[in-house]
Amino acid sequence: MARIELNEISHSYRRKPKSDADFAIKRIHHIWESGGAYALLGPSGCGKTTMLNIISGLLNPTKGRVLYDGKDVTNLPPEKRNIAQVFQFPVLYDTMSVFNNLAFPLRNRGLSGSDVNRRVHEVAEILDLSPFLNKRAEGLAADAKQKISLGRGLVRSDVAAILFDEPLTVIDPHLKWNLRRKLKEIHEQLNLTFIYVTHDQVEALTFADNVMVMYEGEIVQVGSPQDLFENPEHTFVGYFIGSPGMNLLECTLEGNVANFNGVSITLDEETAAKGLKTKGKLELGIRPMNVEICADAVDGSLPAKVNTVEDQGSYKIVTMSLAGKTVRAKLPEDRSVPGDQVWLVFPPKCTRLFADGRLVK
Amino acid sequence: MEKWQDNKAWFLILPATIIVAFSAIIPLMTVVNYSIQDIFGPGEAVYVGMEWFRDMLGNYRLHDALWRQFLFSGLVLLIEIPLGVLIALAMPKRGWGVSACLVTLALPLVIPWNVIGTIWIIFTRPDIGLFGVGINSLNLLSVPFDHTAKPLYAWITLLAMEVWHWTPLVALLAYAGLRSIPEAYYQAAKIDGASKWATFFYIQLPKMRGVLTIAVLLRWMDSFLIYAEPFALTGGGPGNSTTFLSIYLVKLATMQFDLGPAAAFSLIYFLIVLLFSFIFYQALLNVGRGEKT
Amino acid sequence: MKIQKKTIALSIYFILLILPIYWMLNMSLRTNADILANFALYPADITFKNYIKIFTDPTWYSGYINAMIYVCMNTVMSLAFALPAAYAFSRYKFLGDGQMFFWFLTNRMAPPAVFLLPYLQLYSTINLMDTCLAVALAHCLFNVPLAIWILEGFMSGIPKEIDETAFIDGYSFPRFFVTIFIPLIRAGVGVTAFFCFMFSWVELLFARTLTITDAKPITATMTRTISATGLDWGLLAAAGVLTIVPGALVIWFVRNYLAKGFALGRV
Repeated sequence: MARIELNEISHSYRRKPKSDADFAIKRIHHIWESGGAYALLGPSGCGKTTMLNIISGLLNPTKGRVLYDGKDVTNLPPEKRNIAQVFQFPVLYDTMSVFNNLAFPLRNRGLSGSDVNRRVHEVAEILDLSPFLNKRAEGLAADAKQKISLGRGLVRSDVAAILFDEPLTVIDPHLKWNLRRKLKEIHEQLNLTFIYVTHDQVEALTFADNVMVMYEGEIVQVGSPQDLFENPEHTFVGYFIGSPGMNLLECTLEGNVANFNGVSITLDEETAAKGLKTKGKLELGIRPMNVEICADAVDGSLPAKVNTVEDQGSYKIVTMSLAGKTVRAKLPEDRSVPGDQVWLVFPPKCTRLFADGRLVK
Repeated sequence: MEKWQDNKAWFLILPATIIVAFSAIIPLMTVVNYSIQDIFGPGEAVYVGMEWFRDMLGNYRLHDALWRQFLFSGLVLLIEIPLGVLIALAMPKRGWGVSACLVTLALPLVIPWNVIGTIWIIFTRPDIGLFGVGINSLNLLSVPFDHTAKPLYAWITLLAMEVWHWTPLVALLAYAGLRSIPEAYYQAAKIDGASKWATFFYIQLPKMRGVLTIAVLLRWMDSFLIYAEPFALTGGGPGNSTTFLSIYLVKLATMQFDLGPAAAFSLIYFLIVLLFSFIFYQALLNVGRGEKT
Repeated sequence: MKIQKKTIALSIYFILLILPIYWMLNMSLRTNADILANFALYPADITFKNYIKIFTDPTWYSGYINAMIYVCMNTVMSLAFALPAAYAFSRYKFLGDGQMFFWFLTNRMAPPAVFLLPYLQLYSTINLMDTCLAVALAHCLFNVPLAIWILEGFMSGIPKEIDETAFIDGYSFPRFFVTIFIPLIRAGVGVTAFFCFMFSWVELLFARTLTITDAKPITATMTRTISATGLDWGLLAAAGVLTIVPGALVIWFVRNYLAKGFALGRV
């Protein structure tokens, strides 16, 4: 495994990029420590696959350097970097058996027959593929095929890192869970560096110890799943993570009170003080599970009209209108919604303030 | 996709069926009619049963034409398929070069077939042709080159013309097959350290299975039916050396006016073609099935 | 810029491809006397006499007009008959569907030589000899199956849920077909039209057999010239060059669809 460093990387697919918008990756500067399980989370088009291809060497970045264990590999082609990549759909050598598929990378590197044999059997064992070794790879199910793709990476004992580009896309839902669990097992067993790209927050948050959220070509936040949930540093993180995402309301600040459309919400003093010093568009953020719903007006509560209630089984999602804006709340299944007209309380310690998308702190 | 079951769909295929039947079935019935009679004059015909068929099947000229045909079609495939694949591999993947290549490649395909013959006559004549004059000026051949001088020269010219004419079709099909391979396969091959040869053999060739099947079968069938190009170039000669099946049939029917034998021959010819079509159809279905998994 | 080996090889191939065509062009710009007297790599005295002769002599230019007429007729006819049939094969299972598709395919493979005499008889009997319609009809033998085959491929790429949605929305079948379906497969229609045009334009046997004077296409006129004595190479070459022009124009216009069409792997 290797410690992978991206140093001031930016990339544009155009030959002569003119503005920021021409860059698929605006600026990435990050270090992945060896042996970690990392997830790269972000919506389609945010630059995740571009970044993955820069790490693996399939793409040469417009600017910046890539370092493995301190060594500059920016100009090395993929086969020299000793990286493995698993793609969105299974990429196999259709005409070969499972055994030959797994043996292919080793044979290309000139390993002896007995070494190849031993290594392939080891990896097949780990991936539960041993009974299929002599079958043609083409005839297997999608999840087995993805395991073979993974196996071609694992089979090289000195592999630097394994990169996954949304590998569960074509897998049936009930098999996804199995495969995810298998991946985590393998990671714990072999302690390789895994970098996993996805747009599915559930995959990212369950798989990785450390999640990088990307948005429009930049890393917006890095942290543990819990961190990202509780302390989003960007409106995008707040909105993207959590189901449903964070409520975001544009507002203005006066003293320690946030105002919009005639409604006033008290913020805690520290946040308000910092907010007054920052410039830019201000937004209030609160997670649906933190919005308190009351049957009657209490001190500091705000009147809202209930639009819909979705019963999701173990919880309910209540969509309401507050002074013309939509607010969602998440209630546990035993709580009921007290009618069409309710009063909302936004606890100050759960209410965050964002300026131009970034957390005010 | 799951198709709807409905026999009323016959109304949709009826117009096409009628028009093709008009062009196919009625004439065929005429042919069958002729093949079993001996016609002396208008209104004077004698039923002869299978006599013409026996005649034709034993006819040595027919056998010769058949072997020539097999040899020709075989050589055609042997040259055109690998050449077409090589061209497709060499073509650019993007940029203005793609359009330029496609347009140039398609050019021989839209030239009327007898004009192809004309082009090659002009090109290979020893007095005015670039190739003819050129090769004779090298003084390497005992018999000076003229495409009608020796059967060998006729065959070489014919093959060159045929390859020139139709290889672009194979190239275009192969190119389409290549372009449909997702980039990820090439990326995975790079990561696995595969050589160019391994990439070709294990990724490109298998993925071109479908288009190559179509190319092989189309070229086999079309070269089996060939008429205009060899007729325009050599008229079937020198002697009979380039008389293929269609040329022989037309000669029989129009010049010797042996309607009976010609009709019998037509049916035999058509049956051979039907057999190949059936194989074609089965192969297509298999490839289609293979690609769906 | 690095020039790769394969670019050189490809360029050599293209030069070899163009060479015979260039040679004919060369001949077409010289008089017959000049051609026979001097062997030259390019025309020293360019003359357009041959082309002028073709454009002014009715026997020659009518050949082009006739060919254009029956080719266009055939393309329209083939598309008209093939579109509903292809739709049926794509969307429906019906009695004999596999057999019918196979039967259509065999007609694409039919040896034209077999149909020569029967067609002579048939078209004489129905009084269509020596008409453009006769040739257009005859070409339907192989073009309609071809069109069905190509179109079916494209149509199968459109999920039939779209059809179902349109019917639920109240579209009648003709309206759905014309306003929704055909625009969706327009690349396929373009490719099909191209191939129908191509195979009809290049065909010789039927075109020559079914025409005498009125509807004689240029391809047949040229073969007649060959059997006469005193061959005018310049004139012949010019006629040949002019037969390539329509095809080249059509290729140019559909060049973007060519790649897509072939991508479906059906010709």
